[in-house]
Amino acid sequence: MAAKRYDCDIVVVGGGPGGSMAAKYCAEGGLKTIMIEKDAEIGAPLRCAEGVSKKWLTEVGIEPDPAWICADMVGAIIKSPSGHKFQLDESQAGAEVGYVLERHLFDKHLAAMAAEAGADIMLRTGCTGVIKDGNNKLIGVRAKSMGEPIEIYAKCVVAADGFESQVARWAGMDTGIKLSDIVTCLQYRMTGIDIDAEYCEFVVGSPAPGGYVWIFPKGDNIANVGLGVQGTKCKLGADPKYYLDKFIAEDPRLNKGQVLEIVGGMVSTCPGMDDATADNLVLVGDAARIIDPITGGGICHACRTGMYAGKVLTECAKKNDFSKKALKPYEKMWRDRMEDKLYRNFMAKERLAQLDDKTIDELVLLIQDSDIGEVNVYNLLKVIKEKFPQVVEGFEDLI
Amino acid sequence: MKVNYDKCLHCGGCAGSCPQNAIYLNDYILEFNERCNLCGRCIKICPVGALSKEVS
Ligand SMILES: Cc1cc2nc3c(=O)[nH]c(=O)nc-3n(C[C@H](O)[C@H](O)[C@H](O)COP(=O)(O)OP(=O)(O)OC[C@H]3O[C@@H](n4cnc5c(N)ncnc54)[C@H](O)[C@@H]3O)c2cc1C
Ligand code: SF4
Ligand code: SF4
Repeated sequence: MAAKRYDCDIVVVGGGPGGSMAAKYCAEGGLKTIMIEKDAEIGAPLRCAEGVSKKWLTEVGIEPDPAWICADMVGAIIKSPSGHKFQLDESQAGAEVGYVLERHLFDKHLAAMAAEAGADIMLRTGCTGVIKDGNNKLIGVRAKSMGEPIEIYAKCVVAADGFESQVARWAGMDTGIKLSDIVTCLQYRMTGIDIDAEYCEFVVGSPAPGGYVWIFPKGDNIANVGLGVQGTKCKLGADPKYYLDKFIAEDPRLNKGQVLEIVGGMVSTCPGMDDATADNLVLVGDAARIIDPITGGGICHACRTGMYAGKVLTECAKKNDFSKKALKPYEKMWRDRMEDKLYRNFMAKERLAQLDDKTIDELVLLIQDSDIGEVNVYNLLKVIKEKFPQVVEGFEDLI
Repeated sequence: MKVNYDKCLHCGGCAGSCPQNAIYLNDYILEFNERCNLCGRCIKICPVGALSKEVS
């Protein structure tokens, strides 16, 4: 059977935050845009702890809306393995965690913004490969839509397919990552637990080798409880499950709770790809491995890169040139905004993942005693730099 | 490769991590192609231990 044919200016593969923002800004720029998503629902299944800071939302044109903000945090708690606590109050904590979202609804809100701008959305439409012409030029994608093969021809492809990041690889780019740059995660949405509903909690050290445990409250007695383990530290088979079950069993606040949802997923912790563009191809969000290597926070990065892509593609369309050279402003925009921080946090992650529990205890005690002001990774590293210069050796210039 | 679908969470992590790009998550089914060289990375890092080498 011949594949049904679609024609458009831009095809966006993936309906996460990166894809929706790219589709919105392309459509707003007057481009005929199709966004395809392989799942049957935008925003599901969940692969996220849903914590975000507050500041960036307006930067990308999203108005905070109680419809998808599940909880408003007044602070955060960082815990060392032996229980030393560092508590941040509202005035200090805002930078890294502020809201806990309801991503089922947040992602749908962003997709609705794309639709309102004029983008077409096709669900249950999974990209299976790319289409190239006789000169090896990328001219579209192949997909399966509700079981039927289709072909979507476009002037440019936006790869917003998240951690799987396969569209770029089908097109000939290398989005492979080192095992040490993969953190494998498991999360339970738990109910019947006894936690402070206004604080996000992070536990570092051996409870989650090379990663951390998070408890992000979603209201009274309900929270996303999860953790990530660095790929190189996986030794047992199903390591995230082993460590998460152990952590919960040993925590009296959690061990009487019940699980409402099990979420798996992985994040990359490299500082972003060397190249996030090729001729007629733009990578955004997780697909470009653009995600904070320390926190694993990627929602804001996906939204920013999606917006930049949409804006640059709108300009490219005016000259009908979507070559890698014409896409250069995109590379410049995301690198100017985020690259230094991504690299700094990547270096910090490389070091912190090596520390033993004793040193982590000392670090948390040190931070406890310091007057940090607003707490973010940058300010924390500044304090660490004074007392533990070896931790930041080699990238102290960025701090 | 063998997938235990009683465990698999369809998270796509193995697909994104495979050095050979040999895995495609097709709705709820993982498809492995001939590029798989049995390096074992996906088995090692699957969060719930759903993967194993096929014993024939
Ligand atoms: C366990 C876990 C916890 C996390 N916690 C946080 C957090 O608290 N805060 C935070 O900011 N970030 C967090 N992240 C990271 C965050 O989820 C991602 O960075 C963010 O979702 C990236 O958005 P995206 O649009 O790039 O990709 P995604 O949101 O992953 O969207 C990609 C979309 O593409 C679709 N897709 C994939 N392949 C195809 C294909 N072939 N054809 C069609 N569609 C396809 C997928 O179904 C998916 O809908 C977490 C990640 C994990 C795994
Ligand atoms: S990593 Fe494991 S749980 Fe996730 S899709 Fe692969 S086999 Fe399934
Ligand atoms: S064994 Fe290695 S090559 Fe084969 S699917 Fe798993 S990660 Fe890919």
